[in-house]
Amino acid sequence: MVVDSTALYGLLALMFQFFNSFAFIVLATVGLAIIFGMMGVINLAHGEFILVGVYGTALVFHAGIPLPVAMIAGVAITVVFGIIVERTIVRHFYDRLLDSMVATWGLALVIAQLLLIVFGSSLGSISTPMGNVAYGPYTSSIYRSIFLPVVAVLMLVGLYVLFTRTEFGIKARATIEDPETARAMGIDTDRMYVATFGIGSGLAGLTGALYAPALGSITPDRGSTFLIEAFIAVVVGGPSVIIGTLSAAGLLSVFNAVGSFLAGTFVGQMLMLLVAIVALRMLPNGITGYVKDWQQRRRAEE
Amino acid sequence: MSETASASIVDRIRGRLEGPNTIGNSTPFWVGLGVVFAALAVFPLLTDPYTARQSSRYFALAFLGLSLCFVWGYSGILSFGQVAFFGVAAYTFGAIGINFSSATGIGAATIGAVAVGTLFAAVLGYFMFYGGVRDVYVTILTLVVALVLHTFMAQTAGSEWAIGDAQLGGFNGMTGIPDLTLGVGASGFVFDGIELYYALLFGLFVTYLGLRVLVNSSFGMTMVAIREDEERTATFGYDVPFIKLVVFTIGGALAAVGGVFYASWGNYVDPTVFGIAFAALPVIWVSVGGRESLLGALAATVAIERMQTGLSGGVGDFLGPEWALVIVGGLLLVVIMFMPAGVVPTLDSIIKEQLAQRRGQSSSPTATEEASD
Repeated sequence: MVVDSTALYGLLALMFQFFNSFAFIVLATVGLAIIFGMMGVINLAHGEFILVGVYGTALVFHAGIPLPVAMIAGVAITVVFGIIVERTIVRHFYDRLLDSMVATWGLALVIAQLLLIVFGSSLGSISTPMGNVAYGPYTSSIYRSIFLPVVAVLMLVGLYVLFTRTEFGIKARATIEDPETARAMGIDTDRMYVATFGIGSGLAGLTGALYAPALGSITPDRGSTFLIEAFIAVVVGGPSVIIGTLSAAGLLSVFNAVGSFLAGTFVGQMLMLLVAIVALRMLPNGITGYVKDWQQRRRAEE
Repeated sequence: MSETASASIVDRIRGRLEGPNTIGNSTPFWVGLGVVFAALAVFPLLTDPYTARQSSRYFALAFLGLSLCFVWGYSGILSFGQVAFFGVAAYTFGAIGINFSSATGIGAATIGAVAVGTLFAAVLGYFMFYGGVRDVYVTILTLVVALVLHTFMAQTAGSEWAIGDAQLGGFNGMTGIPDLTLGVGASGFVFDGIELYYALLFGLFVTYLGLRVLVNSSFGMTMVAIREDEERTATFGYDVPFIKLVVFTIGGALAAVGGVFYASWGNYVDPTVFGIAFAALPVIWVSVGGRESLLGALAATVAIERMQTGLSGGVGDFLGPEWALVIVGGLLLVVIMFMPAGVVPTLDSIIKEQLAQRRGQSSSPTATEEASD
C-alpha cells in the first residue's frame, strides 16, 4: 500500500515535470514557428524578443504596477519592438533564408549586449505566483506545471482558429502561398507581413511576460535558453506550424521530463538534444513533413 | 631558353591558383599579397611581444574562418558547428599532450587531435548528408551538436572527469596544455611566442594557397555547382552526398588544425568554444568578409578580432569596452543588409568596374558600349 502511493506520487511528479517542460517548449516555440512557417524567415533574435517581453514586464512590475498589467505592458512593448524590427531589417530578407539567420543573429548580439549595458547584469527577480502543491515527497509549482501548460494549449487552439477560421488568417496564408496572386486579389501583402511578424513578436512577448516570474534571476543572456529549445522544436516539428509545434513539444518534453526526473536536469537536457539529432536524421523534414509524405504516398498507392 | 622555361612554370602555377572561384587573378594582386606577407613577417620584429602574441591568436582563429568559408561559401553548407571540430581537436590535443609531454608525445597529440576532429566531421557529415538532412536543417543540427558538447563539457568539473592526468575541468576548462613542439624524443623545437607566430603565418599562407588550388580545380567547380543547384548537379551524375561529405570533412580538418593551434597558443581550452556566442563568430567573419572569397574570410577574421581587441579598451571617453559586441553585431547587420556578398567581393567588383571604365575611356565609344553589355 505504501509502495503504491510512492509510485503514484512519482508518476504524478513525472507528469507535472512533463507539463512543465511541454509548456516551456510550446511557449518558446510558437512565435518562432509562426514567423518561420508563415514567412520563411528564421529569426535568430527570437530569444532576445522573448527577453524584451521579460524585461518589459519586470521593469513595469518593479515600478509598482500589478503583475497582470505589467505582463500586458510587456507584450505591448514586444509587439511595437517587433514591428519596428520588421520595417527596418527583416523586410529586406524575405526569401533569403540563410541571410535572414545571419542578420538576425547580429541583431540578437546587439539586443542582448544593449540590455546588459542599459540595465546591468541582472534585474530583480519576481516571485512566482500561485504557490506550490505538495504531494508525498514532491512539490510542484502550480504556475509552472498547471497554469502555463493550460495557457500553452489555449494559445495553440487560438492560433488554429485565427489562421484557419478568420478572414485575416486566410488572407495571411494566401500571402505566404502566393504573394502575387494575393496582391491581384486585393490583399495588401505588405500589411500582412507586418501583421504576421507582429503576431509572432507578440507571442514571443507573451512568452517573456509569462516566464518573467518563473525564471528566477533575469539576466541578459537568458535569450539563448529559449532560442535553443524553440529552434529544435521548430525543425523537429516540420513545416506545419501548429501541429508541428504540438507534436515536437510532446515528443521532446517526454524525453526531457523522463531524463530530468530519473537522473537530473543535465541528463534530461542531453537526452532531449540527442533525440532531436536522431529525429532530424530519421525525419529530415520534421514530423509533419513525414506525415505529409506518408499521406501522399498512400494516396498514390490507392 | 631558361627564361621561357621558368616563365612557363610560373604560368603553370598561376594557372592552378587562379580561376573563376577566387578573387585576385592578376599580377598586381600577387605582388600585393607578397607585400602583405612580407609585412606580416617583419611585424613581430617591429612591435611588442604582446601584440605579436595577440596576432597569433587571430591567425589560429583564421583557420576556423577559412573552414567555414570553404564549406559554406563554396558548397552552400551553412554549418554553425565548425567550432565543434575546433573545440574537439583543442580538447584532444590537451588530453594527449598533458599525458605525454615529450616532443614525440606532443607530435602525436597534434596528429591525433587533427585526426579526431576530422573523423568527427566525417562521421557527422556521413550521418547528415547520406540521411537527406539539408539546408537549414544542417545548420540547426550542427548547432545542436555544438550545444550538446557545450552542455556536456560544462558539467565535467568533478575530478572523476579526467583522461589520465588531463582534467576536463568543467566551466574552468582544461589548463596546462603544452606548447606545440616539433621533434623526436624527450625534447624538441618548442613553438612559443614568436616561433608560434611564424608557424601560424606560414601555415595559414600555405593553407590559403592550397585551398585556392582546390576551389579552382574541377572538384572546386563541382562544389560550386552543388552550391548553385544541387538537383541539377545530381542529374548530371555527380554523387552529391559524397562530395558534400568530402567538403565537410576537409572543413572539419581545417577547423581542427585551428583548434590545435588555439589550444597550444593559450595552453588552455574551456567549454565556451562550443557555446552559442563563439559559434556565431565564424559566421560573422565569413559573412562580413565575403562568404565566396577565401581572402575575405581570412582578412575579416583578423580584422574583426583585431577590432574586438582594440575595442576592449573602450572607444573615446563615452563608449566603454562593453560596446565592442554591439559594434560587431551592428557591423554584421549593416554588411548583410547593404553588401550581401560581403566586403571583399564588393570591393573587388568596384575595382573591376573602375578598371573597365578607364579602359573604356581610352578606346572607342562603341567598345565601351560592348563592354558594358
